[in-house]
Formats: sequence, structure tokens, C-alpha cells
Amino acid sequence: MANLKMLEEKCVAVRLSVMDQVAVAGSGHYGPSFSATEIFVALYYAFLRVDPQKPAWPERDRFVLSKGHACSAVYPILADQGFFDPAHLETFTRLNSILGDHPDCRKIPGFDFSSGSLGHGLSVACGMAEGVRHQGFDSRVAAVIGDGEQNEGQIWEAAGYAGYRKLSNLLCICDRNQVCVDGRTEDILGVEPMADRWRAFGWHVEEIDGHDLGQILNQLDAFEKRRREGGKPTFIIAHTISGKGVDFIEDQAVWHLGYLTGEDEKRARAQIQGMYKKEEETV
Amino acid sequence: MTSALIDPRSQDGSATRKMQTGLVQFGEALADLADKDPRIVAGSADLKSSTLISAFSDRHPSRFYQFGISEKNMVSAAAGMASTGLIPYVSTFASFAGLLCFENIRTDLAYPGMPVRVVATHAGISMGFFATSHHATEDIAAMRAVANMVIVSPADGLSAAALLKETVDDPRPVYFRLSRGRDETVYDTLPADFAFGKPSVLSQGSDLLIIATGHMVCRSVAAAQTLKGQGVSVTLVDLHTIKPYPDEVIAELAARHSAVLVVEEHNTEGGIGTMVQETLGAHGIGVPSFKHGLQDEFALIGPPNQCYRYYGLDALGIAAVGSRLLDRSKQKGPIRDLWAAADKAAVLDAVGARKIA
Repeated sequence: MANLKMLEEKCVAVRLSVMDQVAVAGSGHYGPSFSATEIFVALYYAFLRVDPQKPAWPERDRFVLSKGHACSAVYPILADQGFFDPAHLETFTRLNSILGDHPDCRKIPGFDFSSGSLGHGLSVACGMAEGVRHQGFDSRVAAVIGDGEQNEGQIWEAAGYAGYRKLSNLLCICDRNQVCVDGRTEDILGVEPMADRWRAFGWHVEEIDGHDLGQILNQLDAFEKRRREGGKPTFIIAHTISGKGVDFIEDQAVWHLGYLTGEDEKRARAQIQGMYKKEEETV
Repeated sequence: MTSALIDPRSQDGSATRKMQTGLVQFGEALADLADKDPRIVAGSADLKSSTLISAFSDRHPSRFYQFGISEKNMVSAAAGMASTGLIPYVSTFASFAGLLCFENIRTDLAYPGMPVRVVATHAGISMGFFATSHHATEDIAAMRAVANMVIVSPADGLSAAALLKETVDDPRPVYFRLSRGRDETVYDTLPADFAFGKPSVLSQGSDLLIIATGHMVCRSVAAAQTLKGQGVSVTLVDLHTIKPYPDEVIAELAARHSAVLVVEEHNTEGGIGTMVQETLGAHGIGVPSFKHGLQDEFALIGPPNQCYRYYGLDALGIAAVGSRLLDRSKQKGPIRDLWAAADKAAVLDAVGARKIA
């Protein structure tokens, strides 16, 4: 198992980078980026077989960020892994930057597909899973979707397709942070019973604490074992907290998009820097 | 199989298939290409028999993906496949391909630059009897507005097969706008200079320039014959590549004629008529022109050939409009209503459409 301490440090660095990027832009998606940070870190530092020297390596694993608005938590990972110069992070959303508030795969080395229009990514991931299987590659395809995104009908076209086609090389993780733009998912247009829905569509479903790196890693291992046996695609409901790490923005739809300044920003940074220490102390 | 599309004269669809030679030629050509090119795969959304991509799936079953009735998933998944190095050809009716899947084409094919080929059959009003849900008279306008798209609108099966081969390695997404494949052929053999991106000049004249695309080309060929019989010197152009649009060639041709008639099975708002008039404007060419198609209206229900006749989109109608355009171009004032309500009413009478009060 990967070094948990190292992964925690990466999670802190990613969240601080999101703070930096949002400061450059004057606006950004703290909530849905912080909720998915541990998922992205676990995928990139402990699971995905990708090569920054060969970003277009045909037999690599693929990652589709269907909830494209969380991209500012993926950018620092790709920069850290050497896909592009970290200096690009300082240009986030500025004129002619490669980094927008939704990712453009033609501009960003290492980003496997563009996203931003919700509901598309799982279909794209299905196509990738078919494409690598068709060509006999040992590649795995991981997609991260939102919970509110499951209101999009196309998600269910893809869900039905993957289940029917037994795309066992496909892993879909739902960042179940409970909030979307106008409020809480269950108050907007409910997505429960989520696990039952996905099981009914032919998926192997697991539920975890999406901020517990150990649980995420265990599930990634379990997915790999199932994949080798063939069978169902895997759906992981990662229960998360929107804005995780900054207590005064946590679990609030209004912080889906926002901008922290002055003392608020300082407090946020301090909380992020202390987040795993705090948990250790509490324990 | 969509049983409604099977010709009643056959239980197994073979009669329809025999008639839809244009689509069969396209499917066979794709299967031939795939024999040599392992990157090619194909898919459909429960319409492989109707779109005749079954000509491919019969020969390459393991390279055919059945998506069921989920067109948007099909287009986005094709993008994912293309991102792994495959060249997917996905087929459905144009009304679903170009309109239902518009945003998927724009966001998942054109924006990230995925070489997916959307095979959109039964374009225009070629399924007149199926009503407006199954008509595609806005797809050219939609597709041309998307950067990085290629739009190919072949006149018949032979030219479609040629354009299919020519575009196989194009890194951009391609929208193939095909008809039912039942129409008269335009080309017995393709001229030596027939090429993707280059309008094909079928006849050279000096009075009237007719620019047509897709299935309207074969009807314009017949119309041009009629006009020639009336002493009109006609140039007929098959605009098979709509995007990239050959602006300079069209400008050069238009400037040499007394009038320009554009014929398309599409809304006149935003189709190739609009594109040609943009050329005339941009080049400052003061030649009178007319956009002949559906005049910002949804089509009537009816058998396709009667619909074409009703809208003046058959040989007789096109010839009449061409002749009227030449007459009207000698007068001052805007050129409109060259195919008017009275013409449509006359068609209803002529075909004996029942009037129920």
C-alpha cells in the first residue's frame, strides 16, 4: 500500500494549490474540488499507470473527470507528476492559459478528455473502456462523476451500457458530497437510492468514506482484483463533504463556487495545513 | 429492426435494401475500408438495418457496437473510442444525429478534436411520412456553426463511398449527411478531378448557376436538362463538401452567371443557401440569388416524393424556380416567393390530397 503520510501531504498541497488558483482567478470551485481531493490523489499517486514522459502512451490507464468543475484539484497533481510546468497553475483561467475552470484536453498534457458539460464523461469513459478492450490493452479506465450529475439522463444511458456490456475495466467513483449549485441534491432532485440504482443497472457497488485514503486504496485494489476476473463495472459511492478541510465552507451549496479573501483566506489555508495533524491529534 | 421501415412488399426488408442502394454502397465501402484498416469500428443506436450500416456489421460483427436507443451515449462513447486510437463510424437518422446529439458532437467530438464519423442518414424530409420528429432540416445550420467540423453531403452512393475513403484519415470529426439512398444516381463513374473539398461541376453554362447538395443534386440534374431544353445555359454544381466550404470557388463561379439558385433539402435559414449568399455579399458580387428549400417552415406529412413535389424540390419545381429566378432577376426589388402558396396548393390538388373540413 502506498505511503499514507505521503498521500496526505499531497492532499494538503492540492488544496493549497486550489486556493492559489482561485486567488488568481478571483473565483473558483472550492467545494467540489476539496470534496474530491483524496480521490484524485489516490488515483494519481497510487493507481493510474500513466507516464508524464509519454502522455499519449496508448496502453496507459485513462482518467475522465466527468465533474469537470473540480479540475483545479487535478491540475496541481499533473503538474507535480511532470506533465506540465507548474508555472501554468499561476495562469489559471487567465487569457490564453492552458488551464480553464473546466479542462481542455487539447491544451493540457495528461488530461485524457475535456469536460464541463455534465453527463458526458461516463459515456466517454465507456468508449475508452471499449476502445482499450477492443485493442487488447491491459488499461483501466477511471471516471469521477458528481452526485447531482446523476440527474443527467445520459448518465443512465452510459450506466446501462456499461452494465450490459460488462465493462469490468471501468471504475466510476461518485463524489457524493450531497450538494449542487442550488442546494442539497436531495432537495433539488434526489439521486437516492443511489446504490440500488447502480446495482440495478448491472454494476458492482461499494460505499466508502471518500476522505479516508486507506478506504479508497483498499477499494482500488479490490477493483483491480475484480477486473482481472472479468464481470461487472465498479461503482464506488465516495461519501464526501463539500469544501472538506475548511470548516466554515464545508457542506454548503453556496460554496460550490466562490472566492475567499483576507482573513478568511488565511484561516482557510491554516486549516488546510493542519487538517491531517488535527485529525491525528484528535485521535 | 425497425419494422415500420420495411417495405410492405417484403417480409425481411430485402426489397427496401435493394432500393436503398446508396446506403448499401456506403456501408459496403466502409466494410471494404475496414478490411485493410483495423482502426475502423462502427456503431448504431438500434438503427443498423435502417441506416444500412448493417452492410458493415454483417462483415465485421466483432467491430460493430450496438448502443441501443441511446444516441447521445453513442456519440460520446465514440469519442472515448477515438481517443484510444480507433476511428468510429456511428450511424443513426440525421434528425437524431445532428439535432439530438448536437451538443455531444460539439463538446465531445469537435472541441477535443476526436476523429469520429457521424453517419446521419435519412436527412432532410426523406422520411416525410414520419413527420417532423424524423425530419432533419436544421442539421447543416447546426453543424456548420461548429468549429473544427467537417460536413460531407454526397449526392449518391458512389460519390459517398469516394468521400468516405478520402476522409478516413482526417483528424477532424466528420458529419456525413446522407439521404435514404433510394434516389437516382448522379455519377456513373466519378470524374478524375472529383475530390473532397472541391465542388463538382456537373455541367457548364453561363445563364443560371445551380448549386445543390446531397439528394437534391440528382433532382437538379433533371431540372437542368429541362432548363437546357428551354434554351437556358446552366452550370450545375454538386456541393458535396459543405465544410470546409469552398468560398473562393463559389465566388468565382457565381460572378460568371446571371443568377444563382441554391437547392437544398433544409431550412433556407442557415443552410447552404445562406452560405452562398454570404459569399456573394463578402465578395461584393451583385448577382441575383434565391435560396430554394424549406422557407423557415416545418414540412408537411406525406410520402417523400410528394413532399418534394409540394416544396418544389423535384425536377419540375427546381426547373420552374430556376426559370422564374432568371425572369425576376431582370426586375428590381427583392427576390422571394419563387415557389409560392399557389404552387403548393396546385400540388395538393394534383396528387388528390383529401380535404376534410
